[in-house]
Amino acid sequence: MAKRSIVPFGPQHPVLPEPVHLDLVLEDEVVVDAVPSIGFVHRGLEKLVETKDFKEYVYIAERVCGICSFGHGLGYCQTIEHIMNVEVPPRGRYLRTIWMEMSRVHSHLLWLGLLADAMGFESLFMESWKLREKILDMFDATTGGRVIFSVNCIGGVLKDMDDTMLKNIVDTCNEMERELKPIADAFLRDYTTGSRLHGLGVLTPKDATLMGAVGPMLRASGVAYDARKLGYAAYDELDVEPITATDGDSYARCEVRIKEIGQSFSLIRQAVAQIPAGPIAVPVKGMPNGEYFTRIEQPRGEAIYYVKANGTKFIDRFRLRTPTTSNIPPMLNMLKGCQLADVPLLILTIDPCISCTER
Amino acid sequence: MASLKFLPFAGTALKNLFSKPVTTSYPFAPAQYPERMRGHIEIDIENCISCGMCARSCPPGALTVDRAAGTWTIQRFDCVQCGNCVNVCPKKCLKMAPGYTTPDTTRRSDTFTRTTPLPKPAPRPAAKPAAPKPAAAPEAKPETKPEANPKA
Repeated sequence: MAKRSIVPFGPQHPVLPEPVHLDLVLEDEVVVDAVPSIGFVHRGLEKLVETKDFKEYVYIAERVCGICSFGHGLGYCQTIEHIMNVEVPPRGRYLRTIWMEMSRVHSHLLWLGLLADAMGFESLFMESWKLREKILDMFDATTGGRVIFSVNCIGGVLKDMDDTMLKNIVDTCNEMERELKPIADAFLRDYTTGSRLHGLGVLTPKDATLMGAVGPMLRASGVAYDARKLGYAAYDELDVEPITATDGDSYARCEVRIKEIGQSFSLIRQAVAQIPAGPIAVPVKGMPNGEYFTRIEQPRGEAIYYVKANGTKFIDRFRLRTPTTSNIPPMLNMLKGCQLADVPLLILTIDPCISCTER
Repeated sequence: MASLKFLPFAGTALKNLFSKPVTTSYPFAPAQYPERMRGHIEIDIENCISCGMCARSCPPGALTVDRAAGTWTIQRFDCVQCGNCVNVCPKKCLKMAPGYTTPDTTRRSDTFTRTTPLPKPAPRPAAKPAAPKPAAAPEAKPETKPEANPKA
Protein backbone atom coordinates (compact mmCIF):
# COMPACT_ATOMS: atom_id res chain seq x y z
CA MET A 1 0.00 0.00 0.00
CA ALA A 2 1.26 3.44 -0.93
CA LYS A 3 2.02 5.92 1.78
CA ARG A 4 -0.94 8.07 2.73
CA SER A 5 -0.72 11.79 3.19
CA ILE A 6 -3.30 14.40 4.13
CA VAL A 7 -3.58 17.60 2.14
CA PRO A 8 -5.71 20.42 3.54
CA PHE A 9 -7.91 22.02 0.90
CA GLY A 10 -9.59 25.39 1.56
CA PRO A 11 -11.30 27.31 3.09
CA GLN A 12 -9.24 29.81 1.12
CA HIS A 13 -8.30 28.34 -2.20
CA PRO A 14 -7.35 30.14 -5.42
CA VAL A 15 -9.63 28.03 -7.58
CA LEU A 16 -12.62 27.62 -5.30
CA PRO A 17 -13.97 30.83 -3.79
CA GLU A 18 -16.30 28.94 -1.48
CA PRO A 19 -15.17 28.65 2.17
CA VAL A 20 -15.25 24.87 2.53
CA HIS A 21 -12.43 22.99 4.14
CA LEU A 22 -11.59 19.42 3.13
CA ASP A 23 -8.94 17.14 4.50
CA LEU A 24 -7.98 15.12 1.46
CA VAL A 25 -6.44 11.75 2.25
CA LEU A 26 -4.18 10.92 -0.66
CA GLU A 27 -2.39 7.84 -1.88
CA ASP A 28 0.14 9.22 -4.31
CA GLU A 29 -1.99 11.60 -6.40
CA VAL A 30 -5.27 9.78 -5.86
CA VAL A 31 -7.85 10.89 -3.31
CA VAL A 32 -8.96 7.98 -1.14
CA ASP A 33 -11.01 9.92 1.37
CA ALA A 34 -12.24 13.45 2.00
CA VAL A 35 -13.29 14.80 5.38
CA PRO A 36 -15.25 18.07 5.18
CA SER A 37 -15.53 20.75 7.81
CA ILE A 38 -17.77 23.74 7.40
CA GLY A 39 -18.82 26.60 9.64
CA PHE A 40 -16.47 29.38 8.53
CA VAL A 41 -19.20 31.79 7.45
CA HIS A 42 -22.02 31.01 9.85
CA ARG A 43 -24.01 34.21 10.44
CA GLY A 44 -26.96 33.04 12.54
CA LEU A 45 -29.59 34.29 10.10
CA GLU A 46 -32.12 31.63 11.15
CA LYS A 47 -31.93 32.80 14.75
CA LEU A 48 -32.66 36.40 13.70
CA VAL A 49 -36.22 35.37 12.87
CA GLU A 50 -36.99 35.40 16.61
CA THR A 51 -36.19 39.10 16.93
CA LYS A 52 -37.48 40.54 13.67
CA ASP A 53 -41.02 41.20 12.51
CA PHE A 54 -42.09 38.35 10.19
CA LYS A 55 -42.70 40.82 7.34
CA GLU A 56 -39.26 42.39 7.74
CA TYR A 57 -37.60 38.98 7.80
CA VAL A 58 -38.22 38.66 4.02
CA TYR A 59 -35.31 41.07 3.52
CA ILE A 60 -33.09 38.93 5.75
CA ALA A 61 -34.19 35.64 4.18
CA GLU A 62 -33.08 36.84 0.77
CA ARG A 63 -29.70 37.84 2.14
CA VAL A 64 -28.94 34.20 2.98
CA CYS A 65 -27.37 33.91 -0.45
CA GLY A 66 -26.14 36.33 -3.05
CA ILE A 67 -27.11 34.14 -5.98
CA CYS A 68 -30.37 32.44 -4.98
CA SER A 69 -31.59 35.53 -3.14
CA PHE A 70 -34.88 35.75 -5.00
CA GLY A 71 -35.64 32.08 -4.31
CA HIS A 72 -34.97 32.38 -0.59
CA GLY A 73 -37.34 35.34 -0.32
CA LEU A 74 -39.91 33.45 -2.38
CA GLY A 75 -39.63 30.26 -0.30
CA TYR A 76 -40.03 32.14 2.97
CA CYS A 77 -43.00 34.17 1.68
CA GLN A 78 -44.73 31.08 0.30
CA THR A 79 -44.43 29.31 3.64
CA ILE A 80 -45.90 32.25 5.58
CA GLU A 81 -48.63 32.64 2.95
CA HIS A 82 -49.63 28.99 3.39
CA ILE A 83 -49.79 29.40 7.16
CA MET A 84 -51.92 32.53 6.85
CA ASN A 85 -54.06 31.19 3.97
CA VAL A 86 -53.14 34.09 1.73
CA GLU A 87 -53.86 33.68 -1.96
CA VAL A 88 -51.33 35.53 -4.11
CA PRO A 89 -52.95 37.22 -7.17
CA PRO A 90 -52.13 35.55 -10.52
CA ARG A 91 -50.07 38.50 -11.78
CA GLY A 92 -47.97 38.35 -8.64
CA ARG A 93 -47.36 34.62 -9.18
CA TYR A 94 -46.32 35.18 -12.78
CA LEU A 95 -43.95 38.00 -11.86
CA ARG A 96 -42.39 35.75 -9.24
CA THR A 97 -41.93 33.05 -11.87
CA ILE A 98 -40.26 35.44 -14.31
CA TRP A 99 -37.82 36.69 -11.66
CA MET A 100 -37.16 33.15 -10.44
CA GLU A 101 -36.24 32.00 -13.95
CA MET A 102 -34.05 35.07 -14.45
CA SER A 103 -32.29 34.06 -11.23
CA ARG A 104 -31.72 30.59 -12.65
CA VAL A 105 -30.13 31.98 -15.81
CA HIS A 106 -27.98 34.29 -13.69
CA SER A 107 -26.88 31.46 -11.39
CA HIS A 108 -26.11 28.99 -14.17
CA LEU A 109 -24.13 31.56 -16.16
CA LEU A 110 -22.15 32.38 -13.04
CA TRP A 111 -21.46 28.69 -12.55
CA LEU A 112 -20.37 28.26 -16.17
CA GLY A 113 -17.93 31.12 -15.73
CA LEU A 114 -16.53 29.60 -12.55
CA LEU A 115 -16.18 26.24 -14.26
CA ALA A 116 -14.23 27.80 -17.12
CA ASP A 117 -12.09 29.64 -14.59
CA ALA A 118 -11.38 26.42 -12.69
CA MET A 119 -10.20 24.85 -15.94
CA GLY A 120 -8.01 27.86 -16.66
CA PHE A 121 -10.10 28.85 -19.69
CA GLU A 122 -10.13 32.55 -18.83
CA SER A 123 -11.63 33.94 -22.03
CA LEU A 124 -14.59 31.57 -21.74
CA PHE A 125 -15.02 32.68 -18.14
CA MET A 126 -15.17 36.32 -19.28
CA GLU A 127 -17.64 35.48 -22.05
CA SER A 128 -19.99 33.72 -19.61
CA TRP A 129 -19.93 36.57 -17.16
CA LYS A 130 -20.31 39.12 -19.94
CA LEU A 131 -23.55 37.40 -20.86
CA ARG A 132 -24.63 37.24 -17.23
CA GLU A 133 -24.25 41.01 -16.96
CA LYS A 134 -27.28 41.42 -19.24
CA ILE A 135 -29.44 39.50 -16.78
CA LEU A 136 -28.11 41.62 -13.90
CA ASP A 137 -28.96 44.79 -15.84
CA MET A 138 -32.47 43.43 -16.37
CA PHE A 139 -32.78 42.78 -12.65
CA ASP A 140 -31.56 46.29 -11.95
CA ALA A 141 -34.13 47.78 -14.30
CA THR A 142 -37.07 45.72 -13.04
CA THR A 143 -36.41 45.32 -9.31
CA GLY A 144 -33.91 48.06 -8.49
CA GLY A 145 -31.12 45.71 -7.36
CA ARG A 146 -28.55 43.63 -9.19
CA VAL A 147 -28.15 40.85 -6.65
CA ILE A 148 -30.53 41.54 -3.77
CA PHE A 149 -33.93 42.29 -5.22
CA SER A 150 -36.26 43.08 -2.29
CA VAL A 151 -39.38 42.65 -4.41
CA ASN A 152 -41.00 39.75 -2.60
CA CYS A 153 -43.45 40.46 0.17
CA ILE A 154 -45.93 38.35 2.07
CA GLY A 155 -48.97 38.34 -0.20
CA GLY A 156 -47.33 39.00 -3.54
CA VAL A 157 -44.64 41.24 -4.97
CA LEU A 158 -43.83 44.91 -4.42
CA LYS A 159 -43.11 45.99 -7.97
CA ASP A 160 -44.97 45.52 -11.21
CA MET A 161 -43.58 45.37 -14.72
CA ASP A 162 -45.21 47.28 -17.56
CA ASP A 163 -45.51 46.01 -21.12
CA THR A 164 -42.30 47.74 -22.25
CA MET A 165 -40.34 46.08 -19.48
CA LEU A 166 -41.80 42.65 -20.28
CA LYS A 167 -41.01 43.14 -23.96
CA ASN A 168 -37.44 44.18 -23.09
CA ILE A 169 -37.04 41.02 -21.03
CA VAL A 170 -38.18 38.81 -23.91
CA ASP A 171 -35.95 40.69 -26.38
CA THR A 172 -32.95 40.34 -24.09
CA CYS A 173 -33.67 36.63 -23.61
CA ASN A 174 -33.80 36.11 -27.38
CA GLU A 175 -30.55 37.99 -27.83
CA MET A 176 -28.89 36.09 -24.98
CA GLU A 177 -30.02 32.78 -26.42
CA ARG A 178 -28.19 33.61 -29.65
CA GLU A 179 -25.08 34.70 -27.77
CA LEU A 180 -25.13 31.64 -25.54
CA LYS A 181 -24.70 29.30 -28.51
CA PRO A 182 -20.95 29.79 -29.11
CA ILE A 183 -20.36 29.63 -25.34
CA ALA A 184 -22.36 26.41 -25.06
CA ASP A 185 -20.38 25.02 -28.00
CA ALA A 186 -17.11 25.83 -26.26
CA PHE A 187 -18.24 23.98 -23.13
CA LEU A 188 -19.82 20.96 -24.77
CA ARG A 189 -17.88 20.42 -27.99
CA ASP A 190 -14.36 21.58 -27.28
CA TYR A 191 -11.67 18.91 -26.91
CA THR A 192 -9.99 20.72 -24.03
CA THR A 193 -13.09 21.17 -21.89
CA GLY A 194 -14.31 17.72 -22.86
CA SER A 195 -11.09 16.11 -21.67
CA ARG A 196 -11.45 17.81 -18.29
CA LEU A 197 -15.11 16.92 -17.84
CA HIS A 198 -15.80 13.54 -19.46
CA GLY A 199 -15.88 10.65 -17.03
CA LEU A 200 -15.01 12.84 -14.05
CA GLY A 201 -16.97 12.19 -10.86
CA VAL A 202 -19.51 9.70 -12.13
CA LEU A 203 -22.59 9.46 -9.93
CA THR A 204 -24.95 6.58 -10.68
CA PRO A 205 -28.73 7.19 -10.46
CA LYS A 206 -28.89 4.78 -7.52
CA ASP A 207 -26.14 6.58 -5.59
CA ALA A 208 -27.60 9.97 -6.43
CA THR A 209 -30.99 8.98 -5.02
CA LEU A 210 -29.62 7.18 -1.96
CA MET A 211 -27.29 10.01 -1.01
CA GLY A 212 -29.93 12.66 -1.52
CA ALA A 213 -28.49 14.59 -4.46
CA VAL A 214 -30.75 17.39 -5.69
CA GLY A 215 -31.10 19.71 -8.64
CA PRO A 216 -28.95 19.51 -11.77
CA MET A 217 -26.70 17.02 -9.98
CA LEU A 218 -29.58 14.54 -9.62
CA ARG A 219 -30.94 15.22 -13.08
CA ALA A 220 -27.50 14.73 -14.66
CA SER A 221 -27.58 11.19 -13.26
CA GLY A 222 -30.77 10.52 -15.17
CA VAL A 223 -33.37 11.02 -12.41
CA ALA A 224 -36.14 13.26 -13.75
CA TYR A 225 -37.00 15.15 -10.60
CA ASP A 226 -37.65 18.87 -10.57
CA ALA A 227 -39.48 20.63 -7.72
CA ARG A 228 -40.99 23.06 -10.22
CA LYS A 229 -43.32 20.19 -11.17
CA LEU A 230 -45.00 20.76 -7.78
CA GLY A 231 -46.64 23.78 -9.39
CA TYR A 232 -45.83 26.61 -7.01
CA ALA A 233 -45.88 30.24 -8.26
CA ALA A 234 -47.13 30.00 -11.87
CA TYR A 235 -45.29 26.79 -12.79
CA ASP A 236 -48.54 24.81 -12.80
CA GLU A 237 -49.65 26.84 -15.82
CA LEU A 238 -46.35 26.62 -17.70
CA ASP A 239 -44.73 23.79 -19.58
CA VAL A 240 -41.89 22.53 -17.33
CA GLU A 241 -40.18 19.26 -18.12
CA PRO A 242 -37.12 18.20 -16.10
CA ILE A 243 -33.97 18.21 -18.19
CA THR A 244 -31.91 15.10 -17.68
CA ALA A 245 -28.70 13.52 -18.91
CA THR A 246 -27.60 9.93 -18.57
CA ASP A 247 -23.86 9.86 -17.96
CA GLY A 248 -23.83 11.27 -14.43
CA ASP A 249 -20.36 12.76 -14.91
CA SER A 250 -19.18 16.37 -14.80
CA TYR A 251 -19.87 16.79 -18.51
CA ALA A 252 -23.50 15.71 -17.95
CA ARG A 253 -23.87 18.23 -15.13
CA CYS A 254 -22.54 20.98 -17.38
CA GLU A 255 -24.85 19.89 -20.20
CA VAL A 256 -27.91 19.88 -17.92
CA ARG A 257 -27.18 23.38 -16.66
CA ILE A 258 -26.65 24.78 -20.16
CA LYS A 259 -29.91 23.23 -21.33
CA GLU A 260 -31.67 24.61 -18.25
CA ILE A 261 -30.65 28.12 -19.27
CA GLY A 262 -32.49 27.54 -22.55
CA GLN A 263 -35.45 26.11 -20.64
CA SER A 264 -35.53 29.21 -18.42
CA PHE A 265 -35.62 31.46 -21.49
CA SER A 266 -38.54 29.45 -22.79
CA LEU A 267 -40.34 29.66 -19.41
CA ILE A 268 -39.82 33.44 -19.29
CA ARG A 269 -41.29 33.75 -22.80
CA GLN A 270 -44.26 31.56 -21.83
CA ALA A 271 -44.85 33.54 -18.64
CA VAL A 272 -44.68 36.90 -20.43
CA ALA A 273 -47.12 35.64 -23.08
CA GLN A 274 -49.62 34.41 -20.50
CA ILE A 275 -49.27 37.01 -17.74
CA PRO A 276 -52.72 38.22 -16.68
CA ALA A 277 -53.56 41.80 -15.71
CA GLY A 278 -54.64 42.61 -12.20
CA PRO A 279 -53.24 43.31 -8.74
CA ILE A 280 -49.74 42.15 -7.84
CA ALA A 281 -50.27 41.66 -4.10
CA VAL A 282 -52.99 41.33 -1.51
CA PRO A 283 -52.87 43.07 1.87
CA VAL A 284 -52.04 40.75 4.73
CA LYS A 285 -53.68 41.22 8.10
CA GLY A 286 -53.09 39.39 11.34
CA MET A 287 -50.23 37.24 12.56
CA PRO A 288 -49.22 33.77 11.38
CA ASN A 289 -50.02 30.86 13.65
CA GLY A 290 -49.04 27.30 12.78
CA GLU A 291 -46.31 25.51 10.90
CA TYR A 292 -45.66 24.59 7.32
CA PHE A 293 -42.88 23.58 4.99
CA THR A 294 -42.44 24.41 1.35
CA ARG A 295 -40.16 23.02 -1.33
CA ILE A 296 -38.98 25.10 -4.25
CA GLU A 297 -36.50 24.48 -7.03
CA GLN A 298 -33.57 26.81 -6.62
CA PRO A 299 -30.98 27.03 -9.42
CA ARG A 300 -28.77 24.67 -7.39
CA GLY A 301 -31.54 22.23 -6.54
CA GLU A 302 -34.44 21.68 -4.23
CA ALA A 303 -34.56 23.87 -1.12
CA ILE A 304 -36.83 23.32 1.87
CA TYR A 305 -38.29 26.12 4.01
CA TYR A 306 -39.90 25.38 7.36
CA VAL A 307 -41.62 27.97 9.52
CA LYS A 308 -43.23 27.53 12.93
CA ALA A 309 -45.22 30.58 14.00
CA ASN A 310 -46.90 31.25 17.32
CA GLY A 311 -49.51 33.92 16.57
CA THR A 312 -47.22 36.85 17.37
CA LYS A 313 -45.21 38.98 14.99
CA PHE A 314 -42.09 37.00 15.88
CA ILE A 315 -41.62 33.52 14.48
CA ASP A 316 -40.60 30.61 16.67
CA ARG A 317 -38.44 28.77 14.18
CA PHE A 318 -37.33 29.14 10.61
CA ARG A 319 -35.36 26.36 9.03
CA LEU A 320 -33.82 26.36 5.60
CA ARG A 321 -32.33 23.26 4.00
CA THR A 322 -30.27 24.46 1.07
CA PRO A 323 -29.43 22.36 -2.00
CA THR A 324 -25.70 22.35 -1.24
CA THR A 325 -26.32 20.65 2.11
CA SER A 326 -27.84 17.72 0.23
CA ASN A 327 -25.18 17.70 -2.44
CA ILE A 328 -22.17 17.47 -0.10
CA PRO A 329 -22.52 13.70 0.71
CA PRO A 330 -22.62 12.64 -2.97
CA MET A 331 -19.72 15.03 -3.64
CA LEU A 332 -17.60 13.29 -0.98
CA ASN A 333 -18.42 9.99 -2.58
CA MET A 334 -17.39 11.26 -6.00
CA LEU A 335 -14.10 12.60 -4.70
CA LYS A 336 -12.90 9.12 -3.78
CA GLY A 337 -10.71 7.84 -6.56
CA CYS A 338 -10.20 11.13 -8.41
CA GLN A 339 -6.87 12.85 -9.05
CA LEU A 340 -5.81 15.67 -6.73
CA ALA A 341 -5.72 18.09 -9.70
CA ASP A 342 -9.38 17.37 -10.45
CA VAL A 343 -10.59 18.08 -6.90
CA PRO A 344 -11.44 21.82 -7.38
CA LEU A 345 -13.24 21.12 -10.64
CA LEU A 346 -15.18 18.25 -9.13
CA ILE A 347 -16.25 20.27 -6.10
CA LEU A 348 -17.33 23.00 -8.45
CA THR A 349 -19.59 20.72 -10.48
CA ILE A 350 -22.02 20.43 -7.56
CA ASP A 351 -22.28 24.26 -7.70
CA PRO A 352 -21.52 24.63 -4.00
CA CYS A 353 -22.81 27.59 -2.05
CA ILE A 354 -21.30 27.25 1.38
CA SER A 355 -22.60 30.62 2.61
CA CYS A 356 -26.14 29.39 1.91
CA THR A 357 -25.43 26.11 3.65
CA GLU A 358 -24.15 27.74 6.81
CA ARG A 359 -26.62 30.64 6.82
CA MET B 1 -21.92 12.28 -27.03
CA ALA B 2 -21.76 15.33 -29.28
CA SER B 3 -18.91 15.35 -31.79
CA LEU B 4 -15.91 17.23 -30.45
CA LYS B 5 -14.31 20.08 -32.36
CA PHE B 6 -10.92 21.76 -32.29
CA LEU B 7 -10.92 25.42 -31.22
CA PRO B 8 -14.66 26.11 -31.42
CA PHE B 9 -14.03 29.23 -29.37
CA ALA B 10 -11.39 30.68 -31.69
CA GLY B 11 -13.93 32.72 -33.71
CA THR B 12 -15.29 34.44 -30.60
CA ALA B 13 -11.80 35.10 -29.27
CA LEU B 14 -10.69 36.65 -32.58
CA LYS B 15 -13.84 38.75 -32.79
CA ASN B 16 -13.17 40.09 -29.33
CA LEU B 17 -9.66 41.12 -30.34
CA PHE B 18 -11.01 43.59 -32.87
CA SER B 19 -14.16 44.81 -31.17
CA LYS B 20 -14.74 47.60 -28.69
CA PRO B 21 -14.72 46.72 -24.99
CA VAL B 22 -18.15 45.96 -23.52
CA THR B 23 -17.30 47.76 -20.30
CA THR B 24 -17.52 51.52 -19.85
CA SER B 25 -14.55 53.52 -18.65
CA TYR B 26 -16.08 54.70 -15.37
CA PRO B 27 -15.39 57.27 -13.81
CA PHE B 28 -14.43 59.01 -17.07
CA ALA B 29 -17.75 58.01 -18.61
CA PRO B 30 -20.73 58.51 -16.30
CA ALA B 31 -22.41 55.40 -14.95
CA GLN B 32 -25.87 54.67 -16.32
CA TYR B 33 -28.43 53.87 -13.65
CA PRO B 34 -31.93 52.56 -14.30
CA GLU B 35 -34.87 54.55 -12.97
CA ARG B 36 -35.90 51.95 -10.40
CA MET B 37 -32.45 51.46 -8.94
CA ARG B 38 -32.34 51.30 -5.15
CA GLY B 39 -29.10 53.20 -4.67
CA HIS B 40 -29.73 55.40 -1.65
CA ILE B 41 -32.62 56.91 0.29
CA GLU B 42 -33.74 60.48 -0.08
CA ILE B 43 -36.17 62.31 2.16
CA ASP B 44 -38.46 65.26 1.60
CA ILE B 45 -38.01 66.38 5.19
CA GLU B 46 -40.61 69.17 5.07
CA ASN B 47 -43.31 66.57 4.47
CA CYS B 48 -42.08 64.28 7.24
CA ILE B 49 -44.32 64.09 10.32
CA SER B 50 -41.69 62.31 12.49
CA CYS B 51 -43.99 59.36 13.09
CA GLY B 52 -40.99 57.02 13.38
CA MET B 53 -42.52 54.20 11.30
CA CYS B 54 -39.40 54.09 9.11
CA ALA B 55 -37.05 53.76 12.09
CA ARG B 56 -39.15 50.98 13.66
CA SER B 57 -39.34 48.98 10.45
CA CYS B 58 -35.70 49.34 9.39
CA PRO B 59 -34.16 45.82 9.48
CA PRO B 60 -30.56 46.98 10.20
CA GLY B 61 -31.72 49.86 12.45
CA ALA B 62 -30.02 52.54 10.37
CA LEU B 63 -32.61 55.27 10.93
CA THR B 64 -33.18 57.58 13.89
CA VAL B 65 -36.11 59.96 14.13
CA ASP B 66 -36.15 62.72 16.74
CA ARG B 67 -39.63 64.16 16.94
CA ALA B 68 -38.74 67.00 19.34
CA ALA B 69 -35.77 68.23 17.33
CA GLY B 70 -37.46 67.51 14.00
CA THR B 71 -34.54 65.54 12.66
CA TRP B 72 -34.24 62.43 10.56
CA THR B 73 -30.85 60.68 10.61
CA ILE B 74 -29.58 57.87 8.44
CA GLN B 75 -26.39 55.86 8.95
CA ARG B 76 -25.44 55.56 5.30
CA PHE B 77 -23.25 52.48 5.72
CA ASP B 78 -25.75 50.59 7.90
CA CYS B 79 -28.52 51.01 5.35
CA VAL B 80 -28.98 47.90 3.19
CA GLN B 81 -31.20 49.61 0.60
CA CYS B 82 -34.09 47.20 1.15
CA GLY B 83 -36.65 49.98 0.68
CA ASN B 84 -38.83 48.89 3.61
CA CYS B 85 -38.97 52.43 5.04
CA VAL B 86 -40.21 53.72 1.70
CA ASN B 87 -43.00 51.15 1.71
CA VAL B 88 -44.20 51.90 5.24
CA CYS B 89 -43.92 55.73 5.17
CA PRO B 90 -47.48 57.11 5.62
CA LYS B 91 -46.63 60.49 4.05
CA LYS B 92 -44.62 58.97 1.15
CA CYS B 93 -41.84 61.48 1.80
CA LEU B 94 -39.09 58.84 1.48
CA LYS B 95 -37.89 57.51 -1.84
CA MET B 96 -35.13 55.33 -3.21
CA ALA B 97 -32.96 57.16 -5.71
CA PRO B 98 -30.32 55.87 -8.17
CA GLY B 99 -26.63 56.24 -7.35
CA TYR B 100 -24.65 54.47 -4.65
CA THR B 101 -23.36 55.99 -1.44
CA THR B 102 -19.79 57.07 -2.08
CA PRO B 103 -17.06 55.23 -0.15
CA ASP B 104 -15.63 56.91 2.92
CA THR B 105 -12.99 56.28 5.58
CA THR B 106 -15.42 56.80 8.46
CA ARG B 107 -18.98 55.69 9.10
CA ARG B 108 -21.04 58.47 7.64
CA SER B 109 -24.44 59.61 8.81
CA ASP B 110 -26.65 62.25 7.23
CA THR B 111 -29.06 64.32 9.31
CA PHE B 112 -31.97 66.25 7.85
CA THR B 113 -33.74 68.89 9.96
CA ARG B 114 -37.23 70.16 9.34
CA THR B 115 -37.32 73.96 9.08
CA THR B 116 -41.06 74.42 9.48
CA PRO B 117 -42.56 73.18 12.75
CA LEU B 118 -44.98 70.27 12.72
CA PRO B 119 -48.61 71.39 12.40
CA LYS B 120 -50.47 71.33 15.68
CA PRO B 121 -52.45 68.15 16.15
CA ALA B 122 -56.07 68.45 15.12
CA PRO B 123 -58.40 69.35 17.97
CA ARG B 124 -60.56 66.56 19.26
CA PRO B 125 -64.10 66.57 17.91
CA ALA B 126 -65.38 66.94 21.49
CA ALA B 127 -63.56 70.29 21.84
CA LYS B 128 -65.52 71.75 18.94
CA PRO B 129 -68.93 73.24 19.44
CA ALA B 130 -71.35 70.59 18.31
CA ALA B 131 -73.20 72.57 15.71
CA PRO B 132 -74.99 70.37 13.20
CA LYS B 133 -75.12 73.03 10.53
CA PRO B 134 -76.72 72.44 7.18
CA ALA B 135 -74.14 71.29 4.65
CA ALA B 136 -74.95 74.11 2.23
CA ALA B 137 -73.21 76.79 4.37
CA PRO B 138 -70.01 77.90 2.54
CA GLU B 139 -68.72 79.56 5.75
CA ALA B 140 -68.10 76.13 7.25
CA LYS B 141 -64.82 75.84 5.28
CA PRO B 142 -62.33 77.02 7.96
CA GLU B 143 -63.90 74.65 10.46
CA THR B 144 -63.63 71.63 8.24
CA LYS B 145 -59.88 72.13 7.77
CA PRO B 146 -58.69 70.56 11.03
CA GLU B 147 -61.04 67.63 10.48
CA ALA B 148 -59.26 66.81 7.25
CA ASN B 149 -56.04 66.09 9.14
CA PRO B 150 -55.39 62.45 9.90
CA LYS B 151 -56.04 61.55 13.49
CA ALA B 152 -53.05 59.33 13.90
